[in-house]
Amino acid sequence: MKWRMAAALLSLLGIFVAAYLYLYKLGKIGTLACGTGGCETVQLSRWSRFLGVDVALIGLIGYAGLLVLTVLSLQPRFTADRRIVQLIALASGVGVLFAAYLTALELFVIHAICRWCVASAVIITAIFACALLGLRRPPAAT
Amino acid sequence: MAAATGGMKGFYMVLGVVAVAGLAVLGYQLSRSSSAGIPANVAILPSDTAGFRGYVLGSDSAPVEIVEYADYQCPWCAQFALVTFPDVEERLIKTGRLRWRYVDHPLDGIHRHARTSAHAAACAEEQGKFWPVHKLIYQGQDDWANGNAAKVIRGYAEAAQLDLSRYDQCMESARYAGRIEASLREGIALGVNGTPTFLIAGRLVGQAGATYDRIRAVVDSLSAAAPK
Repeated sequence: MKWRMAAALLSLLGIFVAAYLYLYKLGKIGTLACGTGGCETVQLSRWSRFLGVDVALIGLIGYAGLLVLTVLSLQPRFTADRRIVQLIALASGVGVLFAAYLTALELFVIHAICRWCVASAVIITAIFACALLGLRRPPAAT
Repeated sequence: MAAATGGMKGFYMVLGVVAVAGLAVLGYQLSRSSSAGIPANVAILPSDTAGFRGYVLGSDSAPVEIVEYADYQCPWCAQFALVTFPDVEERLIKTGRLRWRYVDHPLDGIHRHARTSAHAAACAEEQGKFWPVHKLIYQGQDDWANGNAAKVIRGYAEAAQLDLSRYDQCMESARYAGRIEASLREGIALGVNGTPTFLIAGRLVGQAGATYDRIRAVVDSLSAAAPK
């Protein structure tokens, strides 16, 4: 259960990171708190959109979905159900691959690092790890 | 079962605290943005950039043009503006050998007053005083970078004898926010990722490559190659 809780907390953190970046994209936040100065470079590059959708919005929706799934997985009726954790592992695994693709773009194409994007990559990887650990430990029968 | 219920209560409390803290941080960022004055990342309208190619100094017929991408709050930009540029201006620009184009490249992430200072210079340009105010902003960088930038820079507008009511109205309207944003994006599209960066003969060069001697050598070389 503790891995599911950790995944839920991480999903909530991910929502705030993605929301912060999305509000910047919408022009609602004037400047990004980014010590490297690379956040604007990344956020204003053409790679900040994927299939016509802001990457930050994709992250926001993804983390919101993961939060719903992880909180659901903690409900009594789902505690013995491994399928929901498998679904979390699948969704966060896709997220890890997407984050790896974006990080590679930052390093090798844009040549700038956005620390908030790195934070998001770390969060989604941690959620994926929590889901895998949750799968390793079947919940005790109640 | 009771222990599990207690554990869930604790978990929901932590989740609630994180949610409230996160919302508070986002709310603070939104409120800070509205008080900052000059918005970043605004939509760029065609009218923002119509006829504007940066702040130009020098003759249209000068055989060489150098473009500088700079941020008023960047210490290296100030050093270039105050140490190197006066020589460049006196010996190369005023003699008709070089045309200079200054383009804003505000690094918002590390310089919170970058847009305000760039916008103040734009408002000075409206009154034909861009270059004097540009120099004053760089000269006073230490005075406004960590203080009330808008107030200190307004003092430079006054010192440069701008019509202050027009200047104030210009700053309040933030009407050059789109133009500054367009300038920033121009630099990013070219590959500028730090300031100052200079576009010299089609190559991006950092501050180390922009000493007076190097600039003069480029001007000499390109002038010799230019058609007479």
